[in-house]
Amino acid sequence: MTTHNPITRRRHRRNRVAMVFSIFATAVGLFILAAILWELLWQGLGGLNMKVFTEITPPPGSDGGLSNAIYGSIMLTLVGIAIAAPIGILAGTYLSEYARGSKIGEAAKFINDVLLSAPSIIVGLFINAILVVPFGTFSAWAGAVALAVIALPVINRTTQDMLALVPNTLREAAAALGAPRWKVLVFIVWRAAKSGILTGVLLAIARISGETAPLLFTSFGNQFWSTDMGKPMANLPVVIYQFAMSPYSDWQRLAWVGALLITSAILFLNILARSLAARSR
Amino acid sequence: MATTEIGATEQASRRHTRRLKRQDGAFFWLAWGSAALVVVLLLGILLSLLWESLPSIGHFGLPFLWNERWSPAKDIFGAAAPIYGTLLTSLIAMVIAVPTSFGIAMFLTEICPKSLRRPIGIAIELLAGIPSIIYGLWGFFVLAPIMQHTVQPFLINTFGDLPIIGFLFQGAPYGIGMLTAGLVLSIMILPFITSVTRDVFETVPVMLRESAYGMGMTTWEVVRRIIIPYTRLGLVGGVMLGLGRALGETMAVTFVIGNSHRIASSLLAPGTTISAAIANEFAEADGKLYTSALVELGLILFVISFTVLALAKWLIGRTESY
Amino acid sequence: MDDQTMTHPADHPATDSVAALKPRRSVEDHPVKLEVKGLNFFYANNHQALTDINLSLRDKAVTAFIGPSGCGKSTLLRVLNRMYDLYPGQRAQGEVLLDGRNILAPKEDLNVLRAKVGMVFQKPTPFPMSIYENIAFGIRLYEKLSKAEMANRVEAALREAALWDEVKDKLHQSGLGLSGGQQQRLCIARAVAVKPEVLLMDEPASALDPISTAKIEDLITRLADDYCIAIVTHNMQQAARTSDYTAFMYLGEIVEFDRTEQIFTAPKNQKTNDYVTGRFG
Repeated sequence: MTTHNPITRRRHRRNRVAMVFSIFATAVGLFILAAILWELLWQGLGGLNMKVFTEITPPPGSDGGLSNAIYGSIMLTLVGIAIAAPIGILAGTYLSEYARGSKIGEAAKFINDVLLSAPSIIVGLFINAILVVPFGTFSAWAGAVALAVIALPVINRTTQDMLALVPNTLREAAAALGAPRWKVLVFIVWRAAKSGILTGVLLAIARISGETAPLLFTSFGNQFWSTDMGKPMANLPVVIYQFAMSPYSDWQRLAWVGALLITSAILFLNILARSLAARSR
Repeated sequence: MATTEIGATEQASRRHTRRLKRQDGAFFWLAWGSAALVVVLLLGILLSLLWESLPSIGHFGLPFLWNERWSPAKDIFGAAAPIYGTLLTSLIAMVIAVPTSFGIAMFLTEICPKSLRRPIGIAIELLAGIPSIIYGLWGFFVLAPIMQHTVQPFLINTFGDLPIIGFLFQGAPYGIGMLTAGLVLSIMILPFITSVTRDVFETVPVMLRESAYGMGMTTWEVVRRIIIPYTRLGLVGGVMLGLGRALGETMAVTFVIGNSHRIASSLLAPGTTISAAIANEFAEADGKLYTSALVELGLILFVISFTVLALAKWLIGRTESY
Repeated sequence: MDDQTMTHPADHPATDSVAALKPRRSVEDHPVKLEVKGLNFFYANNHQALTDINLSLRDKAVTAFIGPSGCGKSTLLRVLNRMYDLYPGQRAQGEVLLDGRNILAPKEDLNVLRAKVGMVFQKPTPFPMSIYENIAFGIRLYEKLSKAEMANRVEAALREAALWDEVKDKLHQSGLGLSGGQQQRLCIARAVAVKPEVLLMDEPASALDPISTAKIEDLITRLADDYCIAIVTHNMQQAARTSDYTAFMYLGEIVEFDRTEQIFTAPKNQKTNDYVTGRFG
């Protein structure tokens, strides 16, 4: 349909400009993000071999792997999530079930959201002040607690959101049988929201396993193999940071490998969480 | 006989009831304590930052905020450069990421064929989960060299001699610097703002959208006149959340900012941000005043990001009550 | 089952407006199970939902609450097991006597009360667990049974709700996999499994298809041999078919309360007459 009305022509021209911009923005965005993933795969796969998993971080100029950092990252993440998950689920339950609609509850939800978006380096400073300075040493415990502080508000928030989706009739039906409140919550409401809460925990794991800033002055790093939670512990993000900024090409290569490992783990966790969330619907 | 039996069962049931009451109470306090812990944690963070920065606050007072000099050797510290760097890199990031995100969100909700919508949407959400250190790494090894050899020389030659804006593009092409840091930040927050924007766009009722198209509006007019006005508070809220991320981000910036406590007029010059300064210097900082000054930087960052978040929450809360 | 108590049809000529009345039986001599005296009820915003309700429910009989939407019939039902206590701010004044004991007393144990006064809801509310566990959950709250005893109790409850034959081969599958009508009978089985004395039913068939509705109505009539039943319904035919007594409510008050055939054949109040003949509501 062609038209010679100048107003219509101008409108269509504008629309075309906007369309071109929109498609261009999408193309550029996707291109850059693809470029990042490509570089990650290219550089990371290039350096990937068995030694990465069997040998510890090397001194400059010699051969080695990332086994101590991989172990450390897994430990820090697991301990962190073991601390954060029960507290976060209970806190989310309180805010969503017991404090529903109350002023104090609303304030506590807001405070949780503040914690959720607090810069993670500040969490590092805080844990450094309460768990590193008093004991006189960096430690894996401090690192795990710092990660727990990051994960806690994530789990708290998803628990709140997921419990809000549980229909009220289910709570009433359980209460109508004479079930005490805690049994209603634990055996009925939590159960109904199980996969949603689990999704939240998985997302929290994904979130903390790539965190670097809160570990810089808590767990710090360790060039040796260490399983002592009371001592500094190596971990992938900090190793990536240190090795990438170094002038040694061996170290830079290992940084890319570490980055690939972390990213794949996180993408895997995210996909797992999504499929869980999709199944629960 | 019969009466004692009844008495016994009644007693048993009363014991049972008491036990249930106790369990109920225990669970309540456990949940209450967990929720309280979150509040205590935030207060603890605030108080600890405040306490640790007291020496610096006492020594430098308010001028700490606008003093540019940062000299660990002479124990003189001023926060002007990191504050400026934090704000400038975030501003660059927003200027690039916001229109791009809006364009992508518009593509996803209005233009994109249905079959591509989900895969692209999922891809963008997955990318929002990639840790920031990856963006930093890529910025350092890939983007910075491109900036140094191609983009910055071009900018310097093209704009460097222009009046009024020329000063923004002068100096040597280092690769790293404010502009590069802002670019990396913008790439990092792009998926985040895009997915928020798309979610907000999708809250527009189908009826409203269809009746607008039914009047003969073009896609752009529907977005510009219907969708954006309808969702404007949510959009601003989403943008503010993105800004909050950019302001507090550490690793994506630290790699490429150059770590210089200087305020240079050129966007290409190296600088620093609050979080980059802390990340770089805190572990090695010796001396009470040095540490304290870095913590005070953290306190300032906390206040800035809290303000942004509170504004975002307030705006988003107002859309929800439509 | 009521052959001997059924009165001769000629004694109660059915009018044109009501097709099917419940086969009449004499429940006049049944003792009063639940007595409501001078009940007023308020929502959190101080809106009065019930005004001066007086009524008695006889044991082993069905009492129906009918009336237009918003007349307070569901609210009245939810006072009888104090379901309203789940929502802060709602309060009731007056007395509700269960076997002569005031259940509105503040120190009343709500869990024990609700075990005695069971409830079935408008929409089926199976718990997110297996069919077997749905029934066993309520029993376990108050009794410690061996595995065999529990299996017997579950079977008995499912038989009582006329569901056993349909589910006996899939007891350990999720209750959510049943059809709507089966789910509702599962909920009835769950309610009777804890051996309540009173059964409250809040529009138990309104979300079901006609065949499932007929099954539920049949079930209600049979359960009336053992329980004191109160049912809220929108459907006048259902009230006529299933109940012995009917209370017509309007704007939070009881307009008329009488034997069901009286309400449907010769109501004393004009409003009642208009409602049961379908002139409003």
